[in-house]
Amino acid sequence: MEYVNPEGLRLDGRRPMEMRQLRAEIGVVSRADGSASFEMGNTKVIAAVYGPREVQNRSQQMNDQALVRCEYSMANFSTGDRRRKTKGDRRSTEISLVIRQTMEACILTNLMPRSQIDIYVQVLQADGGTRSACINAATLALADAGIPMRDLVTSCSAGYLNSTPLLDLNYLEDSAGGADVTVGILPKLDKVTLLQMDAKLPMDIFENVMQLAVEGCKAVDSYIREILLENTKTLEIHRGV
Amino acid sequence: MALKISPICRLFVLLLGNGFSTAGVGIKFLYTLLSPDSNIWDYTWGHGTLDMGRNVIATVCGVVERVNKLVYVRSLRARYKPEIGDIIVGRVIEVAPKRWRLEINFSQDAVLMLSSMNLPDGIQRRRTAIDELNMRTIFVENDVICAEVRGFQNDGSLHLQARSQKYGKLENGKLLKIPPYLVKRRKQHFHHLDQYGVDLIFGCNGFIWVGEHVDVKDATVEDQVNKSDPQNTDSAILQGSSEEPTSTSLEIRQYICRIANAITVFAALGFMVNLEAVTETVTLSLSLNLGVHEMLEAEFHVQVAEQEVERRSKSTRRK
Repeated sequence: MEYVNPEGLRLDGRRPMEMRQLRAEIGVVSRADGSASFEMGNTKVIAAVYGPREVQNRSQQMNDQALVRCEYSMANFSTGDRRRKTKGDRRSTEISLVIRQTMEACILTNLMPRSQIDIYVQVLQADGGTRSACINAATLALADAGIPMRDLVTSCSAGYLNSTPLLDLNYLEDSAGGADVTVGILPKLDKVTLLQMDAKLPMDIFENVMQLAVEGCKAVDSYIREILLENTKTLEIHRGV
Repeated sequence: MALKISPICRLFVLLLGNGFSTAGVGIKFLYTLLSPDSNIWDYTWGHGTLDMGRNVIATVCGVVERVNKLVYVRSLRARYKPEIGDIIVGRVIEVAPKRWRLEINFSQDAVLMLSSMNLPDGIQRRRTAIDELNMRTIFVENDVICAEVRGFQNDGSLHLQARSQKYGKLENGKLLKIPPYLVKRRKQHFHHLDQYGVDLIFGCNGFIWVGEHVDVKDATVEDQVNKSDPQNTDSAILQGSSEEPTSTSLEIRQYICRIANAITVFAALGFMVNLEAVTETVTLSLSLNLGVHEMLEAEFHVQVAEQEVERRSKSTRRK
């Protein structure tokens, strides 16, 4: 199948280096300490953060840092066919672990000892790149909750089909069987916290694809900063003095 | 698209449209705080900042504040940041040996020791094992309590004390939870609204208590009365656990709900909650003849917002 046609357009009309449209909203879950919804094209994700709060399981309490827990789940209606098991299956457990490790790397956990931070991410609509959208949504939610972090974590995926590196794969391109590289970085510190790949790629092509994904992450970062700045200004104006 | 913001503490920009004045500019994560002379050592870096050696970054998303040489970042929607002497309202989660654990909006549960609490008979004495066994007669799980922050324990959790008559169990009322940044630390956190017969307590942790008015008796007066009349000690003990639960009148209950709804509207709009504003809102709702539940509708939110704009433009005009 032709994923990049001779004119250089992909299946959804994008160029190879073009990202999908980003949309983010902060404060969608009123009961949570921090929450955000993030959309990358048709992929829609909601993240809610609770914490720092008292550790619920005393045995897991850590005396010098906060415990970070993450739960990833996909809604029944998020994929094309209605899913039977949304939580607890291997893929969800793996992605929960991945998101937890990524966020734990950037949260300053030693500032909040003996407490617990819960991150709940739910996919409402899945169209490829759910992992990245979840990490971006979790970053926004943590920022909304006022949890101190070293830097924002942004994530983007890239792939390689028809001999072209493609940025931000959607579901069709992802299921084509080509490589899918997901990168999560701390943009200002220029550090990589997440790097995952399916399938195989030669080294030189891998470097290109990863570089492309990092560029995508930086674009997401500037968008997230815009949103956070606007949100903070609005809150501060409303609060008054 | 990183904005370079100079480290002036507040930028005031007047929004001509609705007369709101913006105070401060929200800074984003990882904002490099460098003064124009590129000299980090001029300032002391407080909360919400992180010294990365070569430069200083903000670790939370919030407003930069500067007090003389101290620069810190105040995050908005974070959890409660306790200070000693704060009045807080909390809910009992657990009755533990010689202490109660309270849920306040903090990263850990607060602890109220049995020795920091006045005993029902009012006598100051050493707590015995019998007192420990009778802890449940004072507070049980899910009770709402008003207390004061005494200090921090070495594991970071809060130590509370409730030694005055005005602290203690709160009954016949409603507990509201709002974000802590909307409650300002003031001299007076206990308010008594005479015209409604309602007590209002603004907890610094964002928990607000609206309840039927309770007459706070002076501790010294009670001790003298107890010493002179031994029969009164029985009634004083029984006061803690009233045998006949007095029911609150419908009118007072409606006022309680009105005030609670006014505060909820304020919290939803993100305005700072204070007594004058709340009473004005309640008067507004009464003058518009709104039902208590109608206060939570969108129309009333708009009217409250307009009232707030007026109030703020008046105060800036006065300045």
